[in-house]
Amino acid sequence: MSDTNLPNAPTPLITLLRALTRGVTYSVGLTVLLVLTFLALRVPPMEGLAKIWEGAIGSKDDGYWYPLTETLLKAIPLTLTGLSVVVAWRAGLFSIGAEGQLTIGIVVATSIAKLGAHLPGTLLAIFMLIGAMSSGALWGLLAAWLRIRRNVQEVISTIMLNYIALQILAWAVEGPLQEATHVKPQSDPLPTAALLPRILPMSLTDGIQTRLHLGVVFAILAVIMVTIYLFRTPGGFALRLIGQNPEAAKLARLNADSIRLKAMALSGALCGLAGAIELMGVTGTLYRDFSPGWGYTAIPVALLGGLHPIGAAFSALFFGGLTSGTSNLARFTKGVSSVLVYVIQGAAVLAVVGARAWKNRKAGTEVD
Amino acid sequence: MIDTIAALQGTITLATPLLLAAVGETVSQKSGVVNVGIEGMMLMGAFSAVLAITMLPNLAMGIAVAGAAGGLLALLFAIFAVRLSANQVVVGVVMNLLALGITGTLYRARFGETGTFVKTPILPSLLFGQNVLTWFALISVPLLWLWFYKTRSGLIVRACGEQPIAAEASGANVLLLRTLCVVFGGVMAGLAGASLSIGTVGTFIENMTAGRGFIALAIVTSGRWSALGCLVAALVFGGVEQLQFIGQAQGWRLPYQLFLALPYVVTLVLLVLGGKTGQAPAFLGRPYRRA
Repeated sequence: MSDTNLPNAPTPLITLLRALTRGVTYSVGLTVLLVLTFLALRVPPMEGLAKIWEGAIGSKDDGYWYPLTETLLKAIPLTLTGLSVVVAWRAGLFSIGAEGQLTIGIVVATSIAKLGAHLPGTLLAIFMLIGAMSSGALWGLLAAWLRIRRNVQEVISTIMLNYIALQILAWAVEGPLQEATHVKPQSDPLPTAALLPRILPMSLTDGIQTRLHLGVVFAILAVIMVTIYLFRTPGGFALRLIGQNPEAAKLARLNADSIRLKAMALSGALCGLAGAIELMGVTGTLYRDFSPGWGYTAIPVALLGGLHPIGAAFSALFFGGLTSGTSNLARFTKGVSSVLVYVIQGAAVLAVVGARAWKNRKAGTEVD
Repeated sequence: MIDTIAALQGTITLATPLLLAAVGETVSQKSGVVNVGIEGMMLMGAFSAVLAITMLPNLAMGIAVAGAAGGLLALLFAIFAVRLSANQVVVGVVMNLLALGITGTLYRARFGETGTFVKTPILPSLLFGQNVLTWFALISVPLLWLWFYKTRSGLIVRACGEQPIAAEASGANVLLLRTLCVVFGGVMAGLAGASLSIGTVGTFIENMTAGRGFIALAIVTSGRWSALGCLVAALVFGGVEQLQFIGQAQGWRLPYQLFLALPYVVTLVLLVLGGKTGQAPAFLGRPYRRA
């Protein structure tokens, strides 16, 4: 999968060229995919593509600041959950638990906000972030523990934990965390001082109010840190070795159990962070259907990004754009809805997985 | 008092989709293929049954279309996971996303944005308040056992999961057999979906399977890859789901979310108890390549 640790590692120029080729191939392929889907749904393709472009990037008439920042905004949780999938799957754990880990994270963060409402804003915000990350990590550790001690396949256990987390959220917003009037299934607004500040002043964006918040910085930092961890530290090397070649890892006397536990803890923490950032940067309240499936979209994000943190960040941007693009399209075109994104995601991943499997069909090794 | 007969009947009704999907998945896994995508295949079945009935009001047609839809998605899975030897878990996960997208998009395109409610007739009961799909599920259990352990073709399929190289050497076409078993599993998952939509509620709701495909996977594992084991485990889950109705009738003062979460908790508990067993087919989850 990665060539970095082979003796004849490719030069940076070749790596860059490869990445560019891949980017161009993917863009062309996805445009074709979109056109085909439009034809199937009887939407004029050029008009459909134009609406998606306007929703994701912008147009001369409506400006670029708002759509571009919205795309970035949607890419933040996708980047973080995508990173979480990269970490877990690189360690050979097919976790589908991002959704649950994110959900537990936001429930805990909101609980902390409720308990610590008297604290100074920054301190409360830090506590909320830490609380969300550690509870997400614990939710991930639970699945890892089940796998290691009881041989429970993480594919099943993480899904079960997702649904359990979802019910905990549903109960919390109708129970202990419900807003003061006890009518709606949602929490009270978070203390304003604990919210993440918006980072683009209106003087810079031609007077347009954008919603881009400090979370984007966290997301970028997380991409850098996970990249360094996976590819430049012994811990990251061990993690990838366990995933790629467990036999070799055994020969190298690596402790597979503790590496898997660490991987799932990191994976869960990233999801908790994703949830907390969205809660503190965008919604400001907790409610039942908080996540529109970020934890599940994370899987196509990670796979299209080649299970590489930087690749995942780019594919998160792409899916962020696709999400704001399709919701723009759905506003204008009858019969097209934003669920369409799932079809595109699935087809795109199949194309990539299929192409790789086709290339390796005689190689005799399992591919993913 | 709890009406025991009604509770028992309800349990069997709730167990039906799980049993259908688990029987299909058992066949697929016995041949050596883990299909994590049955959740998506159930969803396709649930949706296409409703779609078919709104176009041509014939319940038998609805069932047939549901089976075909599940089988079709399974065929797509098999092309990637069996023919091209791509990672079975990855392809299965993608199938689920694809099914969620296809059903959601088509549902909204056909029946308008969410909020609208489609009503279809519900399968009539044949005997003891159970419909044709429930009876089919119950009958499939002894049939599955007979096929696996009393017929030559059943033996060959098991060989594909235990020793594919030996199976191929004795003249079996492993890739073809695995594909057929996966498609059978998909058809069963499609029927399972139909038993959810037109079998019980008479409508389609987005993501209405809500993880039942994964519970079926857990049933296969904790049922130790045996038909009877599937039946027992499916009934346990039917009973757990039935608890919320009993709880409502009895006026238990517990949050309803507890009951909704219970099947998933029980799945985890069952898997923990089932733990490290060596009864899985030896080549389960490993792609087979011709030399």
